[in-house]
Amino acid sequence: MASRTRFWQGNEACAEGAVTAGCRFFAGYPITPSTEIAEHLSKRLPQVDGMAIQMEDELASIGAIIGASWGGAKSMTATSGPGFSLMQEGIGYAFMTETPCAIVDVQRAGPSTGQATKCGQGDIMQARWGTHGDYSAIVLSPNSVQEMFELTIKAFNLSEEYRTPVILLADEIIAHMREQIILPDPQALKIVSRRRPKPGEKAFFGSEKVPPMPSIGDGLNVVVTGSTHDEYGIRATADPTVHKQLVERLNGKIQNHVEEIEDFESYNVDDCRIGIVSCGCTSRTVYDAVESTRKNGLKVGYVRPRTVWPFPAAIVRRMADTAKSIIVPEMNLKQLYYEVERVANGKTSVTSLNKIGGGELITPEELVTKIAQVENEK
Amino acid sequence: MTETFDRRKYLRNIRMPFCAGCGAYTVTDVFLKAVHELGYENLKKFVFCSGIGCSAWIPSPHFLADSIHTLHGRSIPVATGIKLVRPEVNVVVFGGDGDIVGIGLSHFIHAARRNLDILVIMVNNMVYGMTGGQVAPTTPLGTRTTTTPYGSFEHPLDAAGLAVAAGASYAARWTTVNINELKESMKEALQTHGFRFIEVVSQCPTAYGRRAGFNDAGEMLKWFKENTVPVEEARKTDETKRPPKIVIGEFVKRQRPTLAETVKTTLEEARREVED
Repeated sequence: MASRTRFWQGNEACAEGAVTAGCRFFAGYPITPSTEIAEHLSKRLPQVDGMAIQMEDELASIGAIIGASWGGAKSMTATSGPGFSLMQEGIGYAFMTETPCAIVDVQRAGPSTGQATKCGQGDIMQARWGTHGDYSAIVLSPNSVQEMFELTIKAFNLSEEYRTPVILLADEIIAHMREQIILPDPQALKIVSRRRPKPGEKAFFGSEKVPPMPSIGDGLNVVVTGSTHDEYGIRATADPTVHKQLVERLNGKIQNHVEEIEDFESYNVDDCRIGIVSCGCTSRTVYDAVESTRKNGLKVGYVRPRTVWPFPAAIVRRMADTAKSIIVPEMNLKQLYYEVERVANGKTSVTSLNKIGGGELITPEELVTKIAQVENEK
Repeated sequence: MTETFDRRKYLRNIRMPFCAGCGAYTVTDVFLKAVHELGYENLKKFVFCSGIGCSAWIPSPHFLADSIHTLHGRSIPVATGIKLVRPEVNVVVFGGDGDIVGIGLSHFIHAARRNLDILVIMVNNMVYGMTGGQVAPTTPLGTRTTTTPYGSFEHPLDAAGLAVAAGASYAARWTTVNINELKESMKEALQTHGFRFIEVVSQCPTAYGRRAGFNDAGEMLKWFKENTVPVEEARKTDETKRPPKIVIGEFVKRQRPTLAETVKTTLEEARREVED
């Protein structure tokens, strides 16, 4: 039996995860630190009868993957902060038209061009609130090369299941590092594909949780529009009831199914004095810091959201019940912090540990120092 | 033709939203006649793609067909994705001048450069009509619009000429007066391959005409009729030395490998190299 062990770069693992998930169309525009995904898929997709194309910009890239998805192909784009900003209108369109697609944002230090080759975690809120209007997002946060592979598959699966765009919110450190990954047993892999309409089914935007999705080009007279539409896709731009029903259903697909969607790793939540919530590259620091403080007899626990959005609120609420304090370390000037603070709702104090610039990780020592500082407060 | 033309078989029973006298009615009718004369009993072999603006409403939701009404300016990228994964369908983009050569200009140039196998029908009413009559990249110099109250100080874009320069297989410009030429041109474009572009200079009596000094649609059509020059003739004269006129006709008709063809040959060659 061939070995399933690989030594891959994060972006390469993401691209391979996409191929494994059934992605057959990629459109993108080069941008550091995501470019290796485009490069790898340009080589790989034609080998599996798929196709990758470099578009003229990110507006075109998100447009092309939306078109390809309606043509029936699982599709993906990859970008970084500046390009992710340009894609926001398209992401809102994909949400409104219930178009499954995967969008990878490999975060770098912003705002603007910022430090293009250096890591940052400043897109956590953009991933949630970037497009206009009433919108709910599914956003996954990998913290290893293994998860770059696995969560890319999961992004496609959720996208196909819920008929909504799903964002893989990676970061430069995870995307560019190389480490060992073990490919899952193909027999054990779960691959989800969109539900197709049965003959006679016509409510492609209907009232059920996730309506069936036809392809355009099959002659089913499908009408797709980003304007408010009824269950058959016909525009209803002035009817308050249709708008309310549609937008509430689209948000409800995610908000009413948080328990099924949410995914996190946690440790010692019910017996911790200090809790830590972090995601992406920063969460690797947490493992080290927890290990060393535990040796000193301090009860530290953590929650690491794999789904940053919807945020795993229940487990963090439980942590807030027991922890004296929650620390939120992140490579930005407070983003995840605000969600943790909202969820803790005054039950415990929430402190942030922020570091920006030069792509430098928060070190275990810095976190240990912060933990000691919080522990020693009254 | 064995059957008489009945536009209703191609349309949903939904009232079109255009103003009285709007050129979009003409473009709709001429397109459906072209389709009918080519023998299509229905529009099942087509996918229509449009962006935002009045002309984007021509196919969506009115054509009884698959249609996708996209973001402002992004109809061509969406059409690109569709065509690349569904090469067998006829993708037709409808859009206005603001949509296609304003906000979406870069996609237009790149699709022509790639020779993407789609037909783009651009209804050029020389104005942003849906938002009430603002200056467009196609508005003639000196024209009063709501955002150029003293007259436009910008030169307009020659979209059909640009399509030629960018590499389109077919490019033509007509006005809503040249109904027969427009229909034949659409038939020609529907039967050929590559990036095909038809610009239809069209009247918008509501948002353009009344500020530009025309009392009604009829006056605008008269203006078109009296101010067009065939492209063959225009090419013989120095454009700086003649009064600005609407140049009409077929700007280019040529065979270039389409994107689908170049993708295929490139990958086949790569496969052969691997096998060798």
